[in-house]
Amino acid sequence: MSHLGYLLAGWSIGLGTLALYGWSVLRRARNAARQVPPGRRRWMTADD
Amino acid sequence: MSATAATRPAAEHHPTSTSSRGTRVLGTLIAVGIPLLLLFAFALSPEDDSMQDAVRLLYIHVPVAIMAYVGFGLTALASAAYLWKRTRWWDTVAHASAEIGVIFCGLTLVTGSIWGRPTWNTWWEWGDVRLVTTLVLFLVFVGYLAFRRVPSDPEVRARRAAVLGIVGAINIPIVNRSVEWWENSTLHQQSSLTDGNLEDLTLFTWFLGTVVMGAVFLWLLIHRFRLAWLEDEIDRHGLASAIDERRAEARAGVEQAVGGQVQGAVEPRGGTQ
Amino acid sequence: MVRDSLTVAAKDLRVEWRSRILTNQVAPFTLLIVVLFGFALDADTSTLRDTAAGLYWVAVLLVAVLAVQRSAAIETADDAHQRMLLSGLEAPAIFLGKAGALFVQLLALEVLLGATVIVLFDVTVADAVLLVATAVVATAAIAAAGTIYGVLAVGLGVRETLLPILLLPVLAPVLISATRAFGDAFDRVDADGWAWLGLLGSLAIVYIVFGLLAYGVLLEES
Repeated sequence: MSHLGYLLAGWSIGLGTLALYGWSVLRRARNAARQVPPGRRRWMTADD
Repeated sequence: MSATAATRPAAEHHPTSTSSRGTRVLGTLIAVGIPLLLLFAFALSPEDDSMQDAVRLLYIHVPVAIMAYVGFGLTALASAAYLWKRTRWWDTVAHASAEIGVIFCGLTLVTGSIWGRPTWNTWWEWGDVRLVTTLVLFLVFVGYLAFRRVPSDPEVRARRAAVLGIVGAINIPIVNRSVEWWENSTLHQQSSLTDGNLEDLTLFTWFLGTVVMGAVFLWLLIHRFRLAWLEDEIDRHGLASAIDERRAEARAGVEQAVGGQVQGAVEPRGGTQ
Repeated sequence: MVRDSLTVAAKDLRVEWRSRILTNQVAPFTLLIVVLFGFALDADTSTLRDTAAGLYWVAVLLVAVLAVQRSAAIETADDAHQRMLLSGLEAPAIFLGKAGALFVQLLALEVLLGATVIVLFDVTVADAVLLVATAVVATAAIAAAGTIYGVLAVGLGVRETLLPILLLPVLAPVLISATRAFGDAFDRVDADGWAWLGLLGSLAIVYIVFGLLAYGVLLEES
């Protein structure tokens, strides 16, 4: 496969960044949720 | 990334998670979609006559670029809706969408650059309309996010941010036009999707990439929205409850100190402090 | 509304004139930028001549940031904004007035800057009408956008650092268009300066109309 280095770099940066960002959002949300009283967490009180 | 949300046990056990049934379904889709996309992008789709295997970078570059513009467009729409309805919901949508747009926009620039090196033999090309437009747009919305991070009254910030978001989107066609005239040339394939010379599998991989990235965008948007909502909750009520807690602690402390001395002293020391 | 905006513009210009900050600090700064460009780009006049149009407009944008900051600072002091609203002035009139005052100040600085560039960079003006028209229209666009962005950071305490990153990317199309038109007026690039002037004109109209519509929202108190 030609340009393998470029391909790996592009795809890993792309997917890696999205994964890192998604993880950081989840983590920040958990920390934030702990500071909010359960009654005001809205969708979290839904029964799903 | 998303797989963690999908495989996590139900929300009842994790009352601090921003997951819901919707995001778990999306997460499952993404967890299946990304390996599938990789399979199509790297194995099943054919190589390009002129670009050879470098074309495989486009299966992430183009969908990510589309989502960047979707994100900024949604920011503008939500900003306008905020100015009309004045509800916190729309302001939060605009904020979440802008941040994700910036992430996708940054990735567009990076993956485009990595693709450009083997294809155009340069990391950056000032003469390309879409490249320069995207860069300017990226900077505009980085500024938008910087503005949102400045501590201020939530209503004032929401209003001003809405104006910023709309100006940012108005700028898209303006910047595009000016850059187009500026160099009057583009290295991008002109409407490569419509000239009909593409292999079916290439087209399908593109379509699949857009669907998967769309799901990623939506998943991130929902979680980021909920995070922004929680942060807003802390902003509005957190301070008040923190002060209450502090007061309660102080009161308890004073009572304890005073309580111990009242027995012996005629005048409680607490009053003179 | 025109009378009201003239009142606001006159007020801003009077404040600016009395403070002398424009003449004592901003004007020398513009000259300094030109001199620094000269140092940075070597004593080779042909390079300077080729890049004069771009350098001129970069300098204008930097100066515009300072001028916008000044213009917004007037309003921050003593909550002047609220008083202006209390005095019964309409938001669009305030916008036009502030943008007008900014326009006049920037134009004055541009004349100074233009004379310096022409003398120091040894530029010949091939089309004076195009040059003046471009300066006027581009400045209108910058003044309108600057007035919108200037009020955004009022009361946040971080205006000095926030304003440049908000304002400069938005002014990128103005920089591109004005540089091309000036390049044509200096007979240095092969571009249709009048077409670029047209684009600048539509930019100016977009920013002015948007400012008229949005300024009220920005002035509102919570």
